[in-house]
Formats: sequence, structure tokens, C-alpha cells
Amino acid sequence: MLTLSLIGFPLLAAVLVLFMKGNSARNAALGFSVIEFALAIAAYFCHHSDPNCAMLSSNYAWVASLGINFSVGIDSLSLLMVLLTAFLVPLIILSSFSNSYENAHSFYGLILFMQMALVGVFVANDGFLFYVFWELALIPIYFICLLWGGENRGQITFKFFVYTLLGSLFMLVGLIYLYNHTGADGSKSWAIQELYDAGKSLSEKQQGTVFWLIFIAFAIKMPIFPFHTWQPDTYVNAPTQGTMLLSGIMLKMGTFGAIKWLLPMVPMGLEQWGGTAITLSVIGVVYASCIAIVQKDYKRLIAYSSIAHVGLISAGILSLTQQGIQGAMMQMLAHGVNVVGLFLIADILLRHTGTREIEKLGGIRNMNGNFAVLFLIVLLGAVALPLTNGFIGEFLLINGVYQFSPWLAAFAGLSVILGAVYMLRSYQGIMLGEKKDSHGAFGSLASTDKTVLIIVCIAIIAFGVYPKPLNDLAEEGVKVIISNLK
Amino acid sequence: MKGLLILSGLGIIAMLAEIFRFKKLLLPLVLLGIVGAYALNFMEWKNGMSISYFDNMIGFDKIAIAFSGIILATAFFWFILANDYFDNQNTVVDHVSLVLFALVGALMLTSFKNMTTLFLGIEIMSIPLYVLASSNKNNLKSNEAGFKYLIMGSFASGFLLFGIALIYGAVGSFDMAVITQHIADNSGSLPMFFYVGVMMMLIAMCFKVSAAPFHFWAPDVYQGSPTLITALMSTVVKTAAFAAFLRLFLIGFAGISLTWTGTLAGVVALSLIIANFSAAMQSNVKRMLAYSSISHAAFMLMVILANIRSNLSIDAILYYSLAYSIGSIAAFGIVHNVTRNGNEEISAFNGLAKRNPVLALCMTIAMLSLAGIPVTSGFFAKYFVFTTMIGTGYKWLLILAVLTSAVGAYYYLKVIIAMYFKQNETEEAIEIKSSNSFVIAVTSIIVIAIGIVPGIVAEMFKF
Repeated sequence: MLTLSLIGFPLLAAVLVLFMKGNSARNAALGFSVIEFALAIAAYFCHHSDPNCAMLSSNYAWVASLGINFSVGIDSLSLLMVLLTAFLVPLIILSSFSNSYENAHSFYGLILFMQMALVGVFVANDGFLFYVFWELALIPIYFICLLWGGENRGQITFKFFVYTLLGSLFMLVGLIYLYNHTGADGSKSWAIQELYDAGKSLSEKQQGTVFWLIFIAFAIKMPIFPFHTWQPDTYVNAPTQGTMLLSGIMLKMGTFGAIKWLLPMVPMGLEQWGGTAITLSVIGVVYASCIAIVQKDYKRLIAYSSIAHVGLISAGILSLTQQGIQGAMMQMLAHGVNVVGLFLIADILLRHTGTREIEKLGGIRNMNGNFAVLFLIVLLGAVALPLTNGFIGEFLLINGVYQFSPWLAAFAGLSVILGAVYMLRSYQGIMLGEKKDSHGAFGSLASTDKTVLIIVCIAIIAFGVYPKPLNDLAEEGVKVIISNLK
Repeated sequence: MKGLLILSGLGIIAMLAEIFRFKKLLLPLVLLGIVGAYALNFMEWKNGMSISYFDNMIGFDKIAIAFSGIILATAFFWFILANDYFDNQNTVVDHVSLVLFALVGALMLTSFKNMTTLFLGIEIMSIPLYVLASSNKNNLKSNEAGFKYLIMGSFASGFLLFGIALIYGAVGSFDMAVITQHIADNSGSLPMFFYVGVMMMLIAMCFKVSAAPFHFWAPDVYQGSPTLITALMSTVVKTAAFAAFLRLFLIGFAGISLTWTGTLAGVVALSLIIANFSAAMQSNVKRMLAYSSISHAAFMLMVILANIRSNLSIDAILYYSLAYSIGSIAAFGIVHNVTRNGNEEISAFNGLAKRNPVLALCMTIAMLSLAGIPVTSGFFAKYFVFTTMIGTGYKWLLILAVLTSAVGAYYYLKVIIAMYFKQNETEEAIEIKSSNSFVIAVTSIIVIAIGIVPGIVAEMFKF
């Protein structure tokens, strides 16, 4: 029931918000998303007291004759993702308070609708349902980017849509292929366990094909090299809240999907192609980091840094080690929080100074010390300094990749160094030095922006110092996945 | 069968409306008649009857009844939509009866048991459409459409007849059951000209469903005809042609599938590529929808190709026809209203979201359904096609279908982008007749509803 309400509540909220006007729509959306967060916390305690809590799973027949069920459930891994989603959406909504959007009711309605689809992706235990939520998540974000994006948004969102749709269609084919191999006893089923079994019964060659069919969808969503070309433009042109949704949560659909819907299905396919895929991921890490260093636009820099981070996450997942996958889970949480902070900072810079170009900015620390501190904390989280939330994930990830291949780990480790280079350089350029003439004075922050940044910073430090509750969940969930790999 | 009789009767009554002056009553009467025909159709389904009439010339089995149901349901919505199209003409009566006779032909196509009935059905359906295509008498494009359709249609009919004659020559009968039996008994020893006959019929049928490379008439005819007639062509006519295609090849010529599957695979591949890439280049909405209908035809042909002689492929085509017909009625209904001022370019949709948000929303639903995005019915239709195709030997076609679907998303999105993103010079709201908004709203809701609970349809078509 609880899981159902986690999906149903945002949908209901989205419909209600659609009928409100302007600021009341905005405030209502914030209220609803906070309630959703409370529901997610309730789910956490429910799971904490009893991992097999009956409140957390539901199963209804959807299209009985085809073996499609509306089957949802929360296990440790999906709990983490649901918590992340429920935590970030209120922040994302709050961060929009200092911008005023036309047609606010549709904007917030779409965000809440998107939350419904995202939660659905994370809790689905039925292959078909997973696919439906996966596609549903695409529609609201497409409209958010199309309607409230920057210049050229027509072309760019369009590339984004077609690219991801193409990936999803391949995934659909892969999933149907598995579905057709289910039910040796006669009745086919989309249940996740049945798909796992079907996948394992395939020959090595078939598993390899299915691996690519499904992996391509995840690779495009994350995105990893060379499927990333839609990403920088889309991130830069989307409205800030859209970018936050895309990189903070939607990107995790791909990585989470790979853990839950790919690894246990085609173990032999992974053995065959995992090396290739990891190599692609690591190439992406180095490549994106190098490009990030030379970026002029701060938002674009974060977009490339996101490719680098997700490349490392993907490499960790494909290493098929406990540490690698656990690190990926931890890093997904950390990256989600940090990137929301970073994109908000980019937005604040643009609003206060009229530009995001690093070269044109300078000396902001002298004008607003508080902002400088908050910025620095978020940045340290992003470069994974010990005692920030990024550290444990990155450490485990590189550990996992090292077990797979020391050479690749060496290259992946470069990302830490390169990350520090571009992040610190951008901070230096923007905040330190003398004030440039190219921008005006930098006033004090709006209270909502400040609140969001403070919450993000608290989360960064709190989970850097004491990651145990989340880490335990990740460990527990990954153990199940690893045991399923055999 | 009773439905067929009612429609024929209605057609004749409609012709008398002018003389006996009950023109005003005509449309309610027609709607009532269609509902009646649908109800009787439904009764036959309930009773599970499968009776052949006229010495096994025509027979309504479950497949025929299911397809007739889809055709009648679509026709019902179409007549409500067409309400004002008839108003503007002083030749209402002729048009109504022509459409009714086309429907009679369509129903015959779903239920033929004999090659002669097949031919009769095709002609009864096509001839009224030749006239209707050019019914906008003062428009050059409309005249061109009618003329082109007539010439090309007659050409295809020639192929069909020649094919039938050759098959008759080999088998000595027009009866489908006899032909199927003959194939089963004499496999391997059939004369060469029998195969030639089958191929000629394949070509003729591909023409009727407008599959490439026999599709050249479609864009011109779709563009030139009055929008509502285009709607009729892409829904009722298409469904009927597929019902015939299915019965002819999946049931009749299944025994010699090796001779025609190769060609059909080529036709599907060509249709997917040509239709999607051409559609992406169109700026005229109706032309774009014409190419899109070719690509949907290719999807339905894929199911026939998959040729799993089980209900799965028939189910898939039925669901696809229903989803496509309903989605098209919504789309064409909106196109009809938006292009009233004569501008049929995609730019006519610019800023529609501001001028009429509800209409824009309905169009978005229709476009997403045609593009096959969940949870619309178009997605399930595509899903069923994929399920029947996976596991057959046509993996390359499947990959091609996936790739071209992504191209498909391109041109459907073009309309959405125009509505929400582009500006229009005029900000004036678009007025829609209540009957039209009723149809558009209801069909949009159906598109979503049978996408959320496709089980309803799947249960409905349980054989």
C-alpha cells in the first residue's frame, strides 16, 4: 500500500496542481512534495523494522492474458532511490521559487508527474511496468525542456527525445525477447524473477545480444561515451529545474536499471561484453573530464563533469564486484545531491550577474561570503573529499574497478584528479581574485536559494561523516544482486 | 450479416431523402442505423454463430465480426465528425449514401469467402471513394486526387482480377475453402501460373493498403481529398483492406507462404524506410499523415509476415487497427478544424497551445499514440507487433522497425513542437462545433483508456 501511495500521491498532486494558479500552484507543489518525502521516510522505517514488510509490496493483475502485472515493491536498493527522489524533488521545487515561470501550474504539475514516473521506475517489479514508467518519465521532462528551456530548445530537446526513445525501443525488444523465453510451463510472465531465469537459460551468444539491446537504453540515459552527445546541449538549454531532474534523478534511472534489470539477467553476456562496456565507460570518464577542463560556461562544465561521474558509476557497476556496485549506489546518492547544488549555483550566478562564463566572473567571495562557503562545501562534495558524501562512493568504486582491472582503475582514478582540477579552477575563477567589470554587484541570496543550499550542504556533510544507514542498505541490496549473478 | 443488410438499406434510404424531404432527419437516422448494425453484429458475436450465406459466398465468422465491429465503431465517430462537412454541401444525400455504400464494401471485405465477393467488396468500397475524393468540385487538388485514385485503383483492380483468373485456372474454383484445400492437397505440384496469380493478388492488395512501392497514389490522394474523406480512407478503408489481406494470405495462402513472404518482407522494409523518411520531410500535415499511414501499414504487414498461425497475430492486427483508427479519427478531426482556413502546413498548428489548449492536448495525445509512446493505445499496438515478430526469422526487419520508429517520433514531435513552441500571427481562439469537440474528446479518451487497460480489448477479441 505504501509503495502504491508513493506512486499515486504525486500523480494526484500533479492533477490538483494543474487546476491551481501561479503562486498557489507553486506552494501547493512544494507542500505535496514534502508529504511525499514523509511517505518515503515512512517507507524507510517500515523497511527498517521488517525488510519483508507487507506494506511495501503490491501486486495486481493488469493484462492477465499476457502475464503483465502491476507489481511494485521496495527492496533496499529501490528504497535508496525512492529516498533520493523524494528528498530532491522538494529541493528542486524550492529552488524554482526565485524564478517566475509562465504557466506555473503546468510546470509544477509536470514535475510532480515526473516524480510519479521516476518512483514507478524504481519500484517496478514487472518488466513491462518498468518499461512503461521508463517511457512515461520521458514525456514530462520533454515538455519541461521544450516549454521553459533556453534558446534553440526545439532542436535540442528533440534530439534528446529521439535519442532516448531509440534506446528505449531497443530495450523493449530485448525485454520482449526475454519474456518470450519465460514460462517453460506454458504461461509467460513479465515478473522480474521470471525474466532473470529466462535470461540465464539463454545461450552465451543470445545473452550477448540481449545485453546490448538492453544496455544501449541505459547507456543513452546515463549517458556513457559514445552515446552522450545529446547530454551537454540538453542540460545547458533545459530550465534549471529540468536539468536538476535530468541529472539528479533521471540519470539514475539508467544506472539503477543496469543494476536491477541487466546484471542478474544476462551474466554470461556480461562476461562476454562487460570488458568492452567498462572500457567505454572509462574512456568517457577521461574524455569528459578533459573537455570539462576547457569549458567556459559553468553550467556546461557541470554537464561534462556529470558524464565523468556517471562513467565511473557505470564502470563500478559493470565490474560486478560487491564494492563496485555498492560504491555505485552510494555515488548515485551523492551525485544526485551534489549536482542539484551545483546547478542551483550555476543558476544563482546567472541570475545575479547575468552570465555563467567563468572568464567574465571573479571576486564574488568578497561580495558574498556566505555564498562562497556554501559553494565550497558543495564543490568539495563533488570532488569527493573525505568526510563529504562523495568520498565513500568514489573510494568503493575505484576499489571495485581495481578488482576488475588495475589498469582501468588507474585511468578511472584520473577522474578524481581531473575532477579536482576543473572544479577547483572554476571556483578560483568565479569566486576568488578581483571583481571583473563584466558583471555587476553580487547581492545577498534569496532566502529560498539559501535554504536549498544549506540543506544540500548539511546532507553532504552529514552523509560524509555518517554514511552508515545508507551504506548498510546499499550493502544489503547489492548482496542480493551479487547472489543473483550466479 | 444483418449489419451488412442494414447498411445497404440505409444507403438506399439515404438516396430517397432528397425526394421525400427528410434531409434533416438523415444524419440521426444513419447514426441510429450504425448503432443498430453494431448491436446486431455484437449479438452474432455473442451467439458465436458462423454462418455462410449465399452458397458460401460470404460468411461472418469471429474474425469478420471483430473487424466489422471496429469499422462500424469508427464509422459512427466519423459520421458525427462529418456532420458539418455535409452541412456545407447541397449534395448531402449523395455523399451520405456514397459513404454508406463504401461501408458496405468494407464489411464485405471482412467477410468474403469467395474470390468474387472479394472483388465485389473492393469495388463497392473503392468506387464511392473515387467520387468522394474529388467531392470538393471547385478545388483542383481534389479533382486530381479523385482522378489519380481512380486510375491507380483501376490498375490495381486489374492485377487483382488477373490474379484471381490465374488462380481459378489452376484450381477450378473461386471458393476460398476449396483453394486452401487444393493447396494443401497438391503442394509441390501446383502449376507455375498459380504462383504468378498469388503474386499478382499480393501486388493488388499491397496497393490497396498503400504499402511501398505501390504507395505513390497515397500522399496525393490524402492531401487533395477533403480532410474528412482522408480520415475515412485512413481508418475504415485501411481496416477493411487489412481484414481482406489477413484472410487472403494468413488463412487462404498460408500453405504456400514461402512464395510470398520474401516479397512481403521486402515490401515491409521499403515501406518502413520510404514512409518514415518521406514523412519527416513533409511540411503539409495531411501529406505527413499519409506517409505515416504507410508506415503503420508496414507495421500491420509485419504481423502478417510473422505468420504465427495462432490468434496472436490476428489479435495483434485487430488491436492495431482499432488503436490506429481511433487515433486517426482524433488526429484528422483536429486537422480538419485547425486547417479550416485552407492552410494545411504544419505551421497552421503554430501556437495552438495558446489558441485552444484542450485541442492541443488532444492532438498531443493522438501524436504520442501514433508515435507509440506509453500509455497510449499506439504503444500497445506496437508492443503486440514486436511480440509477434520476436522469435521469427525477421530480426533485421525488427531492428529496421525500431530504427524507423525513432524517425517516426521526429515528425510527430514536429507537430507538438509547433503547437507548444512556435508563435502564430493570429492569437484568435479556434471555435469548434460541439459535435466535433465531442468526437475529438471521446476518441482521445479512448486512446488513453485502451492504452491503460488493453486487457479490455484483449478480452473482447478472445476467440
